[in-house]
Amino acid sequence: MITIENIHKSFGKIRVLKGIDLDIPKGSAVAILGPNGSGKTTLMKSLLGMVVPDQGRILLNNTTIDRGWKYRNGIDYLPQIANFPNNLKVSELLKMIKDIRGAKTDKETYYIDLFSLHPFLNKKLGTLSGGTKQKVNLVLAFMFDSPILILDEPTSGLDPISLLVLKDIILGEKKKGKTLLISSHIMNFVEKVCDTILFIWEGTIYFNGSITDLKKNTKKDDFEHAIAHLLKSAHD
Amino acid sequence: MISAWTAHSKTIEVCTTCKFQKIGDALASASANDTILIKKGVYKEFNLSIDKPLTVIGENYPIIDGTLKGEIIRITADHVTLDGLFIINVGTSYTEDFSAVRVVRSEYFVIKNLVLEKLFFGIYLEKSSHGRVFHNKIIGDAEEEFNSGNGIQLWYSHHIEVDQNIITHVRDGIYLEFADHCTITNNISRDNVRYGLHFMFSNDDLYEDNTFEKNGAGVAVMFSKNIEMYHNTFQGNWGTASYGLLLKEINDSKIKGNIFKENTIGINIEGSNRVSYTYNTFEKNGWAIKSRGACYTNIFSENNFLYNTFDLSYNGKLNDNSFNDNYWSDYNGYDLNKDGVGDVPHKPVKLFSYVANRTPEAIILLRSLFIDLIDFSEKVSPVFTPDNLEDASPKMKRIAHDHY
Amino acid sequence: MIKILKYSFFDLMRSRWSYVYFAFYLLLGFVLLFLNTDVSKAVITLMNVVIILVPLMGTLFGVMYYYNSKEFIELLLAQPIKRTSIFIGQYLGVATSLTFSLIVGLGIPFLVYGIFKSDAILDFSLLLVTGGFLTFIFTAISFYIGLSNENKIKGFGYAIVFWLFMAVIYDGLFLISLIVFEAYPLDTFSLFASLANPIDLSRILILLKLDISALMGYTGAIFQKFFGTQWGVVIAMGVLLLWVIVPVFLIRRKALKKDF
Repeated sequence: MITIENIHKSFGKIRVLKGIDLDIPKGSAVAILGPNGSGKTTLMKSLLGMVVPDQGRILLNNTTIDRGWKYRNGIDYLPQIANFPNNLKVSELLKMIKDIRGAKTDKETYYIDLFSLHPFLNKKLGTLSGGTKQKVNLVLAFMFDSPILILDEPTSGLDPISLLVLKDIILGEKKKGKTLLISSHIMNFVEKVCDTILFIWEGTIYFNGSITDLKKNTKKDDFEHAIAHLLKSAHD
Repeated sequence: MISAWTAHSKTIEVCTTCKFQKIGDALASASANDTILIKKGVYKEFNLSIDKPLTVIGENYPIIDGTLKGEIIRITADHVTLDGLFIINVGTSYTEDFSAVRVVRSEYFVIKNLVLEKLFFGIYLEKSSHGRVFHNKIIGDAEEEFNSGNGIQLWYSHHIEVDQNIITHVRDGIYLEFADHCTITNNISRDNVRYGLHFMFSNDDLYEDNTFEKNGAGVAVMFSKNIEMYHNTFQGNWGTASYGLLLKEINDSKIKGNIFKENTIGINIEGSNRVSYTYNTFEKNGWAIKSRGACYTNIFSENNFLYNTFDLSYNGKLNDNSFNDNYWSDYNGYDLNKDGVGDVPHKPVKLFSYVANRTPEAIILLRSLFIDLIDFSEKVSPVFTPDNLEDASPKMKRIAHDHY
Repeated sequence: MIKILKYSFFDLMRSRWSYVYFAFYLLLGFVLLFLNTDVSKAVITLMNVVIILVPLMGTLFGVMYYYNSKEFIELLLAQPIKRTSIFIGQYLGVATSLTFSLIVGLGIPFLVYGIFKSDAILDFSLLLVTGGFLTFIFTAISFYIGLSNENKIKGFGYAIVFWLFMAVIYDGLFLISLIVFEAYPLDTFSLFASLANPIDLSRILILLKLDISALMGYTGAIFQKFFGTQWGVVIAMGVLLLWVIVPVFLIRRKALKKDF
């Protein structure tokens, strides 16, 4: 479904991605892991065309995305930091994004119920807490029901209950056969929802395989320990 | 003496039913000191010659129509009076200055209450003197300089009084060339193609209480001395080459109590010496005074400079000209001892005016922020403008000019 | 793009700053006309405002709006919308709302005082047209500056310096070169030099329409001869338009390359 070929990207002198090759089949749930600054977000943004790679290409269903924009109709994206125009109300934001996308969906009500966002609908986004903003962010990401979901740190700022809700939603989406790309630092969460692990280290893929493979390779039974081991061995 | 004359003189009437139906015939048969009374009617005549002392009076403005053939009336005798005629259709020529009324080598004439229309030259005084041109109305239809004539022209004539005339739409309203000891008073000269009033080589003249408005170039006084200009109004001469008053090579003259309002340049001065400019008001002109070098011993005092774009443009050295005791609306000094005189001197030359004088193209930066900034900084600490060009005792209040 | 434009426009029209900007022009218009019922005189005073303040406001609003709407832009970038539509739409949103404030803010007082019955209607329209152009020009340039500088402080700095250059420094250099080369014929040079700066061009276009142009004498006559003809007006408008198109093109180019 998604093919990434030899992607390179530098910001100024810093080389963030140094040749990423990747094939993500349809219906897989991939966790993108790696230390801070390893290039996870950059990779995700490359898929969305928000970052333009210096080299290499990205194919979606066998067509290169190459600065197009229509393909984004098939992708839902949850940005890492929820930055919204501060003087818009929540309901206005949802309406506006729907209008701009020209999408006729009413799924948002379902998610608003799920995250209990009703009391905040008429509040300005600038006044919301980080957690509430993240919920709005999640509603925006899920409401269009696209076949590919890219979630950058979906768990950040969420309370335990919402975290459970989110987990259920993601598992549900996975069941529908959607392709998922998730970055997270909560290993427990990753282990529950993802089947493939993509470990990025200094701009290259350090590990790409299933959780079982990872455990086998690192000879650790515990997922969290396996990741820690991976990290340590990368440093050596 | 005069009653003795009238006792012997007779009155000749001219009208369609009279003995004389043509003015020319009446003039020919009249004898000296007669009165010719022209009744209302239209008389198609030209080249009328008055060669003896006569009084020619029109009753209810008879029309003398020159039918564009040439000169209409020529006076070649002393003591002639023309009164109350409506003269139209003077011929136009490029070789001869045809005029409605021409006075040649005569004295003691009076030309009054005439109305002149469709003319080339209006009243032309040639080598004549001691005459009076009073209360005439001259309405031309001139559009260009080269094919139009002047309203009232004085050439080698002296001791002439030009009073209460209205002159419009001719080339020069009033033109004096080699005309000395004349007085030009209470006239209105406006909308003329070139000058409202034009002086050349004429000395010891006075002009007072005239209004010069919206003339092509304004008023020009050139190559003359001992001219007195009092209480005239120069207004609305607005155009790229227009000014209220042009002084060129004028010496020993007085310019007092005049109003210069809304002219591109109030007074444009070139090479004039010992002229005093006092009690004048300069209001809303582009430049109130533009002085272009070679001027000595001129005094500018007790004038009001009100809201001109530039009060003064000055070329060259200050020499011994002085600019004290004026009121400047631009002055922003203070008067701590309340004596009505500002405690800090006023610098009337803006830096931009100085620059634009040197480099005329710079005027294109008029009203830009940069220019406002440099003018302001120059005002605070002068670097470029002549230091000594200042009003050491600027007035705090507008000077009342009613009594001068 | 139209949708983005619409949202930016209404977003701005609701902001406090737009009200202040609008109210400023409204007040200025009324005060000027109240103090001086002569419409054509008011046009002269307004000219000073238009050629200094309008570019400054365009610059400030443009760069400020860009930085303030970065979140919005990032949100939109993940949506199926053309990149250029986002940026050009946002730019047009700011520029249109500023122009709207200018034209309506000044238009109302002048309408009340009967501009349509006055001879000054053409001068006034020219004032608004050049004001609109200046808004679009300076907003575009400052938007571009914002787009090119991640650092807000730097972006603001460059934008202000650019305004300062066009509004003040340029004329200083212009004047210096006139003085230095005063021995040469400078008509063509000054014509081109003033065509090259939209602020100077606007100022001269307005001045030439006013009585005050008589002060410009011979030089003014040359400019009048150039701008007085239909071709001159077409060229002047073309240059102003070019000043809009070039920065917009730069915004487009930058927008296509930039990473978020």
